[in-house]
Formats: sequence, C-alpha cells, structure tokens
Amino acid sequence: MSLVELTATEMLAGLEAGQFTSVELTQACLAQIQQHDGRIGAFLKVLGDAALERAAEIDARRRRGGPVGRLGGVPVAVKDLLCTRGVTTTCASRMLEGFVPPYNATVIDRLHAADAVIVGKTNLDEFAMGGSTENSAFQKTRNPWDVERTPGGSSGGAAACVAASMAPLSIGTDTGGSIRQPAGLCGVTGLKPTYGRVSRFGLVAFASSLDQIGPLAHTAEDAALLLEVIAGHDPLDSTSVDRPVPAYSQTVRQPLAGLRVGLVREHFAAGLDADVERAVRDAVRVYESLGAKVHEVSLPHSKYCVATYYIIAPCEASSNLARYDGVHYGYRTATDVTAEATDDEGALVAMYRRSRAEALGPEVKRRIMLGTYALSAGYYDAYYLKALKVRRLIRQDFDRAFEQVDLIAGPVTTSCAFKIGEKVDDPLAMYLVDLYTVSANLAGIGGLALPCGYNAQGLPIGLQLQAPPFEEERLLRAAHMFQQATDWHRRRPAL
Amino acid sequence: MSLSREQVEMVSLLARLSLTAAELDRMTAQLASIVTYVEQLGEVDTSAVEPMAHAVELSGVFRADELRPSLPREAALANAPQQDGEFYLVPAVLG
Repeated sequence: MSLVELTATEMLAGLEAGQFTSVELTQACLAQIQQHDGRIGAFLKVLGDAALERAAEIDARRRRGGPVGRLGGVPVAVKDLLCTRGVTTTCASRMLEGFVPPYNATVIDRLHAADAVIVGKTNLDEFAMGGSTENSAFQKTRNPWDVERTPGGSSGGAAACVAASMAPLSIGTDTGGSIRQPAGLCGVTGLKPTYGRVSRFGLVAFASSLDQIGPLAHTAEDAALLLEVIAGHDPLDSTSVDRPVPAYSQTVRQPLAGLRVGLVREHFAAGLDADVERAVRDAVRVYESLGAKVHEVSLPHSKYCVATYYIIAPCEASSNLARYDGVHYGYRTATDVTAEATDDEGALVAMYRRSRAEALGPEVKRRIMLGTYALSAGYYDAYYLKALKVRRLIRQDFDRAFEQVDLIAGPVTTSCAFKIGEKVDDPLAMYLVDLYTVSANLAGIGGLALPCGYNAQGLPIGLQLQAPPFEEERLLRAAHMFQQATDWHRRRPAL
Repeated sequence: MSLSREQVEMVSLLARLSLTAAELDRMTAQLASIVTYVEQLGEVDTSAVEPMAHAVELSGVFRADELRPSLPREAALANAPQQDGEFYLVPAVLG
C-alpha cells in the first residue's frame, strides 16, 4: 500500500515510529495531486512550498524530541470557504477572486496549533450553494469513482480529494448536507457536527443558522481525530457552544452496547433507488448482528424539510451576500455606470447591481432572488415566518424520535452519484438531492455519512447516521463499530 | 402562485442585481416553480407554534465592551477594488 492510501491514524503511527517523515508524506500527497488532479479538479489552490516547509519544521521538531501536535505532520486539505491569512480565499466565486484575508478562521488556527500540514484549498459550489460542485466559477470537480459523474456538493472538492488519496483528511462545511452528501457519493466518511460544536469564525457565511464545519476522512477514527482538533468554544463566535470537547479519538474505539437504531418510516418511500435501499437495509442488519435493536420511528414533517430549507437558507443567504457590493473587497465592475444609473437608484446602486451581476453565478443569483422575495414586504409572514414555525416542528419530530432510539440510520441520498450536467438546468431537481440531509441542519443535530456498499456500476452508497445534539461521540463510535465489521471504507477508486 | 416578470424585476432591484431580459424571463419561470413547491408548507397547521430561527437559542451573548486593537488601515483597505490609502472610493452619491 502506498503512503497516500494510509489513513491519518496510520500516518500518525508511522510518523511516530519513524517509518517515514512528514516531508515524505506531504511529497506523496503533492505527487498524487500533481498526477491526478488535472482530471479530478479537487483543488483550487495547492500550497506545495508552504506545506513542505511546514512539514520539514514539524519533522525537525519531532527529531529533537520537541512537542508535536495531535495532527503532527499529517496533510489536510481545506474547503476554500474558510479564511486563510495570506492565502486567497475565493469561495469558488469570481466575486472573491484574488481576495486575501487578513486573518485565519478559528478552524485554521486550530489546525496549525495541532501541527497539521495544509496542502491546499479545495473546490466547492460557489459560496457553498449547490449539490454537485458544478457551480464553481473556476472548475468542475469530478467524482474519482467515475469522472463522468459529480462528486456531490458543495464540499465536492473536499470529498473527492480524500477519495482520490490526495489528502487523508479534509475540512468541509455543511449547510444542507454539503459534507454528508459528497461523502456518500465519493465513498468517504463525513461528519456534520451539531450546530455550535465547531466555531464558524472565519467561515464565509452562506446561511448562518445552518452552516457548520466538519471533517471528511476515510474512517470514523480519523474523523474523530480531526473533530477533536477543530471542535470547542470560541469567544469569536457567539453561536459556538461552551461545553467540553470529548476525547473523540479515544472513545471512538469503544463499541456501543444495547444500541437502539431507528429507521424512519418516511425515508423508505417512492423515489429511493433500489440499490441504495438494499445497501442501507444490509447496513442495518450489520448493526443487528452487533447486538443493536432496530425500531421504526416517524418524522412526520420530513416531507416539508426541503421546502422549509429552501426558504430559510436563501433568506439568510440574501442577507449574508449583501456584503458583496464591490466596495470593501471583491469584484467591482470596470464599466462606468453613470449613464445607466436611473434617477431613483443613482450611480452607487447601479455600480452595486452591475458588479454583483457580473461576478455572481446563476445559482447564487437565484438564491439571493428567492431570499429577497421571501423576505420582502407582504411575503415575510407567508414564507419566512411560516418556514421558521415548520422548522420547530421538524426539530420536535427528532426530539420525539430520540426518546425511542439512540441513533437514526438511513440513506444519505436517493441514488448514487449523478452525471455531470444531469440536473444543472433543473434547480428544483437539484434541491431534492438534499432530501435526507437538510433536516439535520434545520434541527441543528449531528449527522454522519459513511460508505455502506457499492452499486452495480461500482459507485459508492452512503449510510447516514443521525444523533441528538452534541452526541457526536455516539455517531463516531457507531460508525467505527460498522467499519470494524465491514470493509467498504477500505476501497479506493482506480484513478 | 404565479410570479410576474414585474415582481421579479422589482426583487432584482431590492437584491441589488442587474438582470438581462433573458435572465429575467428565466428567473421568473424558475422562481415560480420553486415558490409553487415551497407553498406546500401552507398545509401545515402552525397556529400554535413558536418560530425557531436558530437551533441554539442563545440570548445575552454580547461580549464585554472593551477597547481592542483593530485591523490596521492598510490591511483593511488591502482588498478594496478602489481606495486612496485612507478611504474606500465609490461613485459619487450626491450629484
């Protein structure tokens, strides 16, 4: 097995045993990127020199017997939605092309403190809006299992780079399923933590009450390690929750006795691909063989999740993206707008409108328009307020379900990875891809996706586990139990 | 419900987006289809339900009002499309 195919935990063991150095590991990942990323398109920016310099510094410290952080020398990739001081942060948008933040996101600072080696910034749907990574202004990312297909989105680059062994770990973000959906479609393990578990400071906001940062990895054990590094209260984010961070990397190996697994009646309805249903039901039987008891539960408002999400998320996006006006940072039109300014709007507003029109992509414009409409006078109560009320009912459904079961298991997506271009002209069809994932964001609970099988074409199928708020430990332990009993997570695509 | 092209044009002004005629047509059709889809929420009885804006319902999260160093002016202006070393430059607001 080559170095790049090792898990992060195996890399750390090898580094500590002196079997290889961080420089060798980093070189191996950079070579893998160099060899394959021309076809996959996972990275928007590769930080080769900086990564090698950092790796050499960590190696020197380890040789001297000095203190080395929890990720000491392990390569990590970061979704290009997190601010990195001195390194361009584009959010895959022309609007932020060339934007160099003067500060780091808290998660980046924590990766540095843990001695991770950041190898690059990964591609995404523009401002994280999309489910296929086709909406990037710069490039499409392709699924390493079949390059004619999408990796899912919006963290498509983050999932594809792990699947293609370009980095053992990556950081993604999940507003409606953007970690779990691409993890499921690329055959890797991805965790959306409970809202508030990981600081969002320095994460470029899409929908602030839904966005959450989380790890992608080959295994639950690796995801546990990365979550442990990035989680915890941050005074710079008033929505980050001040409660202790469990030692996920230690507890992940403890199996869960007497586990009660819930299957949601509404999840197994028309529209679910037969291969996906079979793989998910087989996965549940694995849990039964490990001693779990399975119960049917109901989430009666789940049919309203996508509609609720596609009001709340665009409303928050329209407000968050109002900042891109071509004044403080970002793109400004080169056109002299004086002539086109009407008496009503004036030259300044004309400049805002033209700058935004030229720099933002169609999906981002669509969501800004939808949110602006839903928040406008006369429609606020009918759409936004209504959605907030249904959101509470969705949360209450989960609270009731979790009185009966410890975890909910189900599909991540209705089908395996879809073809590039297949849904691009039908926004509603693309939104329905998030059917099984948006509810966790609306309710603020944690969700984890892990590989549980492959269809006849060799495409990965994901299993989603959901748990009550702040029970990431339970999710990771349950995922690790499954990965001890199966080997789906060990498969790698032929590149 | 149907959405008129004029409504979409008005929303584009509120959203600070210039849309071409073709974009307006496309946006009108796409928004109408999405709005029709989300209107299924009307079926849900929410008369006795409190809205939930946030999964973590925090209050009183203001930090202490302390003087702290700010971003240096040069760094704050560094990404601006147009600036003069002291201020951001924008088209004239007053005629």
